[in-house]
Amino acid sequence: MRIVIERGDLLRALGHVTSVVERRTTIPILSNVLIRANGNMLEFKATDLEREVIEQAPATITTPGAITVPAHMLHDIVRKLPDGSQVELTRDAERDRVTLTSGHSRFALQTQPAEDFPDLAAGEMSHTFEVGASDLKRLIDKTRFAISTEETRYYLNGIFLHVASTGNEPTLRAVATDGHRLAQVELPRPSGSDGMPGVIIPRKTVNELHRLIEDGGTTVSIGVSPAKIRFETGTVTLTSKLIDGTFPDYGRVIPQANDKELKVSNALFMNAVDRVSTIASERGRAVKLNITGDKLVLSVSNPEGGSATEELDVEYGSSPLEIGFNARYLLDIAGQLEGESAVFKLADPGAPTMVRDSADESALYVLMPMRV
Amino acid sequence: MAETLCRDCTELAEPDDGPAGPVLACPICGSTRIVSHPELETLAIAHIDCDAFYASVEKRDNPALRDVPLIVGGTSGRGVVTTACYIARRFGVRSAMPMFQAQELCPRATVIPPDMAKYRRVSVGIRAIFEAATEVIEPVSLDEAYLDLSHDNLLGDVPAAQALALIARRVEREIGITVSIGFSANKFLAKLASEMLKPRGFSIIGQREARKVLAPMAVSKINGVGTVTARRLTATGLETIGDLQRLSEAELVARLGKFGRRLSMFARGEDDRPVTPHRAAKSISAETTFRTNMASTAELVEVARPLCDRVATALERKGKAGGTVVVKLKTADFRIITRNRRLPHPTQRASVLLTAARPLIEAEADGRFFRLLGIGVDHLCPATAADPPTLFGEEG
Repeated sequence: MRIVIERGDLLRALGHVTSVVERRTTIPILSNVLIRANGNMLEFKATDLEREVIEQAPATITTPGAITVPAHMLHDIVRKLPDGSQVELTRDAERDRVTLTSGHSRFALQTQPAEDFPDLAAGEMSHTFEVGASDLKRLIDKTRFAISTEETRYYLNGIFLHVASTGNEPTLRAVATDGHRLAQVELPRPSGSDGMPGVIIPRKTVNELHRLIEDGGTTVSIGVSPAKIRFETGTVTLTSKLIDGTFPDYGRVIPQANDKELKVSNALFMNAVDRVSTIASERGRAVKLNITGDKLVLSVSNPEGGSATEELDVEYGSSPLEIGFNARYLLDIAGQLEGESAVFKLADPGAPTMVRDSADESALYVLMPMRV
Repeated sequence: MAETLCRDCTELAEPDDGPAGPVLACPICGSTRIVSHPELETLAIAHIDCDAFYASVEKRDNPALRDVPLIVGGTSGRGVVTTACYIARRFGVRSAMPMFQAQELCPRATVIPPDMAKYRRVSVGIRAIFEAATEVIEPVSLDEAYLDLSHDNLLGDVPAAQALALIARRVEREIGITVSIGFSANKFLAKLASEMLKPRGFSIIGQREARKVLAPMAVSKINGVGTVTARRLTATGLETIGDLQRLSEAELVARLGKFGRRLSMFARGEDDRPVTPHRAAKSISAETTFRTNMASTAELVEVARPLCDRVATALERKGKAGGTVVVKLKTADFRIITRNRRLPHPTQRASVLLTAARPLIEAEADGRFFRLLGIGVDHLCPATAADPPTLFGEEG
């Protein structure tokens, strides 16, 4: 194998694939990136056995071939090469080395054979459809904060992507929850997705996808099968295993009849919650919301730290209510809202509360109150 | 002419010495249980220790046990003596002694397992009596506390010495057990004093006589001098506190490092540690030593289960929740391993503790044998933050 590639193209490709490569791994070859030279395209592939990323980049290929080299090391080398330089990779089969030369620099990298590199074997996708890259990014942005990190509830460690309906509108819906808060965002259902199985996309894949969309194409092609999901955008393909579990029946925790509506300026609300929660040193301490008439009083009391209160003008037309929430959860949700106002739909201090974005009908958030 | 305290009528008097020397009886009630000391009015720090606490409580509750040697402690093969009553002590039985050895020394002894819940209840009652005297109480354990009876802290309208006599009398009458009191100028001396005359003692070490009183005592009497340090000191010819008194602080620091400074102070009868009330618990734990060493995860987890229950019960009782789970293991060769994991939410639930502890145990159970397992919680916070309600209910 002998190829020449422009440093910028190589850097971009490695940037996409190496982030799935674990820094520490018990299987040595998983530290490597597979480079396959064929025609006039170079293919890069990396995997952690749960997901794989494949990237194509143009290159001048003198001798085709395939080999694996340490991914992070190669990435670091290429990053340090001067902008605009040409990089030549040559495989020395006898000495199990790949030689990288660029300008006056010369590196010899250890290799492992391409045949040993694991393949995720994506198989056939039962459903394929396209969504706008910005739409997909929005689905992720507004839900991933609610993904559970508790390993014991593995079935909550991802985003549940499935087809649903709101009113009479068929939708593609993303839901994430950690059991304490829930985020739901949807898109008009893309053609080709009808009847697709509901899938739980692991958090790490979600984060990888988010990164890839940032500098991918304008659309993302999604292929779904009961066990795997594949995203293709621009020159990159991400294939991932799915979480093998049953997502809970989240519909039953989305309040349907919360009739107490509180409308508050989201920016003012966020700042105020952030300020009063300074007092709460321990995680998980509650912010108390005391709502009467047109006033919302936020308060935090910490037996070891002191107390804080702040008053806000709000729109509220129901009977007075006192309710507590985890400060961080409130901030997480408020941080997703695009509109001027946050709209809280409340029932009582022990019941799930819904939060809506005044500028985005397609997103909703549910938050379980704390005892105060 | 010294101030005299009567431990029966609790009155203070300042009797003139009679022609036959110092008074031997209370001029008010005639009792001979009197304490005289020139510094009686100026001392303020007390150490109060219940006499053979667990055994005394058991004897109080079961009069049939009153006149027999009684040992409270673990009855299993590896059990140790928690408390021996004064009759059993005459046979040489001591706290922390392996039970088999205690039973060899005193085969007639009745052995009963400790009932911690009961002792805790009794302790609360005793604490309440202390609290009538001063706000500044530093509990050391269920049966032991330091009290600061400085004038500004006193709650009753009697002086410190009299308040102590009242405490001793109330504990006897209302709780039904006896205490020994050490009264002095600081915690170190007060603790030594309380040990001087047990049971039902009341001893005073004045600041002025401290050096003289300490001089003949063994170095091991000093708080913090364990067997190892004592052996080290004895090896260099330092056997009594008097030997230490003859060395300068610098010499002691040179020999023992930072601890030498404290030792030098103690040897002179000085101690600047304040009585610190409400030492809020930073962690709560429960542990157990196995009958036979074990290695398998499954066995260890089964041992962990009741320990988690105990921690959860203690958390509930104290109105606290734990933010971090701590697993402690002691290997067969006595190495102690601790591993911890932060919880997603503070908890009071045994099931949450066990779920978090299990992987920590699994990671250590690599074939080695262990002799002890402990489960604890750290990062305590108020119970209101515990186990926040979930959208999906318990199993959510």
